[in-house]
Amino acid sequence: MNNIPEIAPTFRFQWEEAQDCYVILYPEGMVKLSGSAGEIMKRCDGIKSTEEIITELEGAFPGVDLKDDVRNFLDNARNNGWIRYKP
Amino acid sequence: MAGSDTNRSQPLWLLAELTYRCPLQCPYCSNPVEIAKYNDELSTEDWIRVLQQARKMGATQLGFSGGEPLVRRDLEELIAEARRLGYYTNLITSGVGMDADRVKKFKEAGLDHIQISFQASNEELNNYLGGTKSFRHKQEMARVVKEFEYPMVLNIVLHRKNVDQIRDILDMTVDLNADYVELASTQYYGWSRVNIDQLLPTREQLARAEVVAKEYQEKMKDRMKIIYVIPDYFENRPKACMNGWGAIFLTIAPDGSALPCHAAAQLPGLEFPNVRDHSIDHIWNDSDAFNKYRGFDWMQEPCRSCPEKEKDFGGCRCQAYMLTGDATNADPVCDKSPHHGQLHADVDRIGSLSGTKEFESKPLVFRNMRNSKDIMSDRTIPA
Repeated sequence: MNNIPEIAPTFRFQWEEAQDCYVILYPEGMVKLSGSAGEIMKRCDGIKSTEEIITELEGAFPGVDLKDDVRNFLDNARNNGWIRYKP
Repeated sequence: MAGSDTNRSQPLWLLAELTYRCPLQCPYCSNPVEIAKYNDELSTEDWIRVLQQARKMGATQLGFSGGEPLVRRDLEELIAEARRLGYYTNLITSGVGMDADRVKKFKEAGLDHIQISFQASNEELNNYLGGTKSFRHKQEMARVVKEFEYPMVLNIVLHRKNVDQIRDILDMTVDLNADYVELASTQYYGWSRVNIDQLLPTREQLARAEVVAKEYQEKMKDRMKIIYVIPDYFENRPKACMNGWGAIFLTIAPDGSALPCHAAAQLPGLEFPNVRDHSIDHIWNDSDAFNKYRGFDWMQEPCRSCPEKEKDFGGCRCQAYMLTGDATNADPVCDKSPHHGQLHADVDRIGSLSGTKEFESKPLVFRNMRNSKDIMSDRTIPA
């Protein structure tokens, strides 16, 4: 199963105190992430599968169906090169 | 209190010009022509203090630049401190002074990204423009950078002597597997201003180059990002220089003087504060130099009443000063500026002479300490 996302080695993901949000850093640039995007990205640790991430998020934010949102975000993140799937 | 006030600007981008020493002598170098004056370099401890203070104020992107930053023996130590502080660290280098062992040490210290400059796509022109035999070594270093899984930016400064080779240049960057390519048109400050007659491309050259750049941008869009910007002199609206004065950029020169942009040292009537005497907080928030062209109150017409002023901030203060003699004027790149015609006259004059044997054989003034001293001693009026 290649559905374990991790941050791509050519990007950095971190909490920025001064911006009060998670950010993606790359050569000479920065993208500020929304709260929900940050919650998804911080779970892309190369260990959890996409399904496990969804389960964990639905546990943390009960009563919301997050499946499509998470999958859409991960598709975008991969298109931007921020994450890759472990082989 | 800085930091608690969210309306205040933050120095998000810290450019640390560690030294103006450089093994290369590129005649379009963006360093000031007065490089020979900057021999009193900051110590390691000074730089570490600067990194800590700027990070506290929100700085996230850090560029180690120069001159050639590899000349500094404490580079590994500074990278490690930058990583500890949480910076995204960019090394902006010619590649000369680098080897695989040092690249490995940088990786271990936490360096995030390496940008290597090339002068041209062939050995002869590259080595001529850089004033040193560096082409093969640069290519080798680009391969090493990729081996260590760094994102790689290749930067090529374009001008009349190499812009016709843009296709070969792009093919080279494809071969080297660049992630980003910056085709940086020469902007005419510092050394390139001295050499403008030799470097300014013609309109025809630019038109041809643009077609090729667009072709590769489209063709390579899934593999690499190509950034191509035409020189200011061919535009009708100015760039939003530095995103506004004292808005996000903070440059520290090798001697510790703090500048809102790396070319600002030439502006008259400004005393740039030094990190040896003041904190970054004071420099950014309270110094006269950083407040001088912040906001819009300093503007004259046509900028003052212009609806576009919030988009381009009146352009570049250095260009306004160089070309009109007054830094509060509109950047003459703007066609609303009464000085815009002069700029066109310059482009036309150089365009009509370029290609002629006599004009093309005029020697370039290479960027080195000897020429810097000569320029400073010859100067009777500030350029």
